[in-house]
Amino acid sequence: MGLGHFTKSEGGRAALLLAPPFLYALALLALPLLAVLLFSFWTQDFMTIDTSFTLANYREFFDKPIYGVLLGRSLMVSGIVTLVTVLLAYPVAYFLSFHVRSERKSLWLFLITIPFWTSYLIRVFLWKVILGYNGVINSGLIGAGLIEEPLSFILYNVNAVIITLAHAFAPFAILPIFVALEKIDRSLIEASRDLGETRVTTFLRVTLPLSMPGLVATVLIVFIPTIGDYVTPELMGGAGGKLIANMIQTQFLQLNNAPMGAAIAIVAMISVTAIALVFVALNRRWLRGRG
Amino acid sequence: MKGAPLRVYAILYLLFLYAPIALLPLFAFNDATIIAFPLAGFTTHWFTDLAANTALRQAVGNSLFIAAMTAIFATLLGLCAARAGAMARFPGKGGIIGFVMLPLVLPEIIVAVSLLIMLRQVLGLNLNNWTVISAHVLICTPFSIAILNGAFQNLDPSIEGAAMDLGESRFSAFRLVTLPLVMPGIVSSMLIAFTISLDEFIIAFFLTGANPTMPVYIWGLLRFPAQLPVVMALGTILVALSIALLVIAEFFRRRGLARAGIKDQGGFL
Repeated sequence: MGLGHFTKSEGGRAALLLAPPFLYALALLALPLLAVLLFSFWTQDFMTIDTSFTLANYREFFDKPIYGVLLGRSLMVSGIVTLVTVLLAYPVAYFLSFHVRSERKSLWLFLITIPFWTSYLIRVFLWKVILGYNGVINSGLIGAGLIEEPLSFILYNVNAVIITLAHAFAPFAILPIFVALEKIDRSLIEASRDLGETRVTTFLRVTLPLSMPGLVATVLIVFIPTIGDYVTPELMGGAGGKLIANMIQTQFLQLNNAPMGAAIAIVAMISVTAIALVFVALNRRWLRGRG
Repeated sequence: MKGAPLRVYAILYLLFLYAPIALLPLFAFNDATIIAFPLAGFTTHWFTDLAANTALRQAVGNSLFIAAMTAIFATLLGLCAARAGAMARFPGKGGIIGFVMLPLVLPEIIVAVSLLIMLRQVLGLNLNNWTVISAHVLICTPFSIAILNGAFQNLDPSIEGAAMDLGESRFSAFRLVTLPLVMPGIVSSMLIAFTISLDEFIIAFFLTGANPTMPVYIWGLLRFPAQLPVVMALGTILVALSIALLVIAEFFRRRGLARAGIKDQGGFL
């Protein structure tokens, strides 16, 4: 038995081909994640790592209010960003799917994705230029005589973080919803209208439930990664807008306390995953309740 | 007209999407150090400053190297996975592909800290361009797989079978028949991986060595207000470049679809 045995069947050859990407992900994703878990039970002893098993990092996380505040704020910001992004993006995806001629659709999708292939850092910084004290919005509103003093509630706080992130994740919301809407059999919608439903009730009872897989995918694609972003809160958030990812970054790169950083990362990841799973379960139940 | 309010909304939404990058060229050519309105006058000296900045040139060089290596390795791994995905099932195949795709939904900071611990603390390696490349390959492979899946699924498997019936070996059938047909997918996968790696900051900031990548260097510049117009000039060039790359990638993707005889279904994802 050797390689020859494997290469005889097509399934064997497929397994052999899949081995390199699998081993790569095993070595650079699974093992490192296990290392993070292990580190979270160790402690930093000045320059060296004390490898005796302890829950001290987790105890510190739940004892000191700062961590809980940051995690709570992070989850809230991610939740609001997800909600805003989905609400803003759904009509665009709906328009693309139902009102744009099919040969023009790829042009629209292309136009939507282009701004997001340009430097993320510079995009975040430009939001600062737009929302800032002398920024585009303030100078525009003052120039138009609508306000006397520059608005200060739009920069260096949680609002600014939410606006910037809602912009950054727009295409990740539009694309999956669009794909789900494209899959809907148009005759179902016609049937609903023929059977006397109005346009609004057709949307609520046919289109919306059928587009749910895309909506769920969107919620996960937006909610989970926003927890891991420390750039936007660092640049836009000011003192009161820092999030849990900033704390993880600080522990690792400034305080040189990898075990504490690892413990925070683990708690953050578990919270995000738990919320995502609850959301998916609730959604299933809602869909089953209707069907 | 039906859908007119939706059309207006969609156009407004596009304006919102383009608002930040529309400002870039304005300030890149603006003759003032402060990034604010009103504009002061036209100048190109931020671009000449940019050309004279050796530290930045070095950072750009690093990033181009990292992006090129990432594009090659991610596309190779993506080719393996996408090709396997188009072949017969075997036990655990779906799970393995799902696991390889996992970085797509993992917060980037988690990838960053786990690799930092693994490479720095467990293996005791020094951070350099290759540590960044290893992480970028990990996060770009799922994108390559998604793009190449499309290329392989549009392929009629009987063509390769016919080549083998006519006496080609399995490898030469792949090289002479399949590879040319999926080549447009390979090119667009490499371009997408290149673009993602070139712009990636969150992970690179953790794993970069003594020589920063371009986004890490830009991050440093953002703290010095006097340098900001130079950043705007750099951003303008990057926007122009990535639009050019994307147009090329899109061109190859469409040509691939045309070769496989498939009607165009839409964008990259």
